[in-house]
Amino acid sequence: MSVEARNVSFSYGEGAVLRGVSFSAGPGDLVAVLGPNGAGKSTLFGCLLGVLRPQQGAVLLDGRDVMTLSGAEIAREIAYIPQSVSVTYNYTVLDTVLMGATHQIGLFAAPKKEQTDKAMAALESLGIGHLAQRGVAKISGGERQLTLLARALVQDARVLLMDEPTANLDYGNAFRVMQRIQTLGAQGYTVVFSTHEPNHALRYATRVLALSGGSVLADGVPGAVLTEELLTALYGVGVAVRGVRVEENELRVSIPFERKEGAR
Amino acid sequence: MKEESLQSAPRYGRRFALLIALFAAVFFASFVVGRYSVPPGTTLRILWSDLVRRVTFGRVLLPQIWSDTEGAVVLNVRLPRIFCALLVGAALSAAGASYQGMFRNPMVSPDLMGASTGAGFGAALAILLGAGYWGITLTAFCFGLAAVLLAYLVSRFSRLNATLALVLAGIMISSLFSACTSFVKLVADTQDQLPAITYWLMGSLSSVKSEDVSFVVWPILIGLVPLFLLRWRINLLTLSEAEARSLGLRSGRLRLAVILSATLVTSASVAVSGMIGWVGLVIPHFCRMLFGYDYRRLVPASILMGGTFLILVDDLARVITSSEIPLGILTSFVGAPVFVWLILRGGADRER
Repeated sequence: MSVEARNVSFSYGEGAVLRGVSFSAGPGDLVAVLGPNGAGKSTLFGCLLGVLRPQQGAVLLDGRDVMTLSGAEIAREIAYIPQSVSVTYNYTVLDTVLMGATHQIGLFAAPKKEQTDKAMAALESLGIGHLAQRGVAKISGGERQLTLLARALVQDARVLLMDEPTANLDYGNAFRVMQRIQTLGAQGYTVVFSTHEPNHALRYATRVLALSGGSVLADGVPGAVLTEELLTALYGVGVAVRGVRVEENELRVSIPFERKEGAR
Repeated sequence: MKEESLQSAPRYGRRFALLIALFAAVFFASFVVGRYSVPPGTTLRILWSDLVRRVTFGRVLLPQIWSDTEGAVVLNVRLPRIFCALLVGAALSAAGASYQGMFRNPMVSPDLMGASTGAGFGAALAILLGAGYWGITLTAFCFGLAAVLLAYLVSRFSRLNATLALVLAGIMISSLFSACTSFVKLVADTQDQLPAITYWLMGSLSSVKSEDVSFVVWPILIGLVPLFLLRWRINLLTLSEAEARSLGLRSGRLRLAVILSATLVTSASVAVSGMIGWVGLVIPHFCRMLFGYDYRRLVPASILMGGTFLILVDDLARVITSSEIPLGILTSFVGAPVFVWLILRGGADRER
């Protein structure tokens, strides 16, 4: 199960938002999409999901052009995990997860035991089985993110597209959610996630796609690609990248700082 | 813990059983309520013999051991009225529940897209032109449908997000039609037409006849059946459009199906009963508190509870004063305090 963007260009009318973006990801890949606000991350996601039609280039899911696929066919290949779950209506965690089975359920039908069992299994695998009957309004942000992940697993898609999975999470929950995502990558899912935290890309991703002004600035292994120069160019602030040792593990971390007057 | 978490179905099952029992009790008790008293036993006998006659197509007639007046009161006055209250209450509540999901807003009522104001204008116009009872009902029904279709078409030309466009178009068409109604009232004859229009707009079931039931039952059933069958999918309309789409749902078609069904039942309801506010807004909330948010339970619960509620309110309208209080006023009088009590009690989410 792979996802590939081939020379994708997109504009909403005036001025291109994406300019010839190409990248691909396959099973086991954990691709972090980095870039400042307005770099084109959301637009790229829209194109990958077949919501936006690129003016040039194409998005291929398993070799097939996404624009030629039906909604249900796309849903079988690629799951989208939004930043947060809507809590206007306090659905239970289980009901929310069952919505992932939409494309497997007939027009007038409802989820059956088979889907319910699958949803429970997905919740258990993410360690939140005990929350099944709780309302989504009454659980923590991290638990909500895991609920959305479980919904994606029920969807049976092998490509997971995550929009800033840790955007609304506290420090501990962000860590826990990122670990779950890393596990999913190790299980053979293709994971693409956008993030504003270079440290998450350095620590968890197997690949980094750096976008700036709608173009690919860099694409490669985090350790090699995420240099001080690249991060400085991306975000316009000084960034130091250092190695640290934590519990036998050699980790690389990035730390932003204010550049002194006269420095480069 | 896990075992327990999966064992929530019986709790809802018991509540449904209670709701059905309450409905049955209210339904039968309502035949006895009224200024002309008919003993309960006689009422049951009249109903039973009517049922037997209908089921056997008039071949089996039970001996009549009641007066003709008693028979007429039960079969020609109370039966159509109770059936109408049941249908209208069920229709408005189910439509309201569906709209609240579709517009992702629990403050929405089934007339959001102009069904009531359209029907109100239709009725006012028909009264102004001197139409008879059926003319008023049919014109109201058609204008209710037309108003919503107009709002839907306008929203299709908008570049806004589909839900927002529907809300804005609905509000616009609604205010257009209420302005038209005001204009009709302005030029109407203040001796008889204006009071007739005003009274019609306040909503009442006092003049309902058997023919009304046989007219209104079809659009309401045709609208309620799809809402009932699609009820699990209505859950999906509460998601953002991008999200629904990524799950493989074509929300545009589902939304249109819900709008058509809800409009059909709302217009038909308003056409026979006038404007009865509040039911479509509050009953779904009440049901969420008791049955949770899943539309699999919410739609049938709203149908049952809405029907029960309106029969009850119509009973009140019949007995409180000698000249009947319009239903639209009573639903608010009864509904508002009940709702306030429910909110103060802890709201829908106390259990979870």
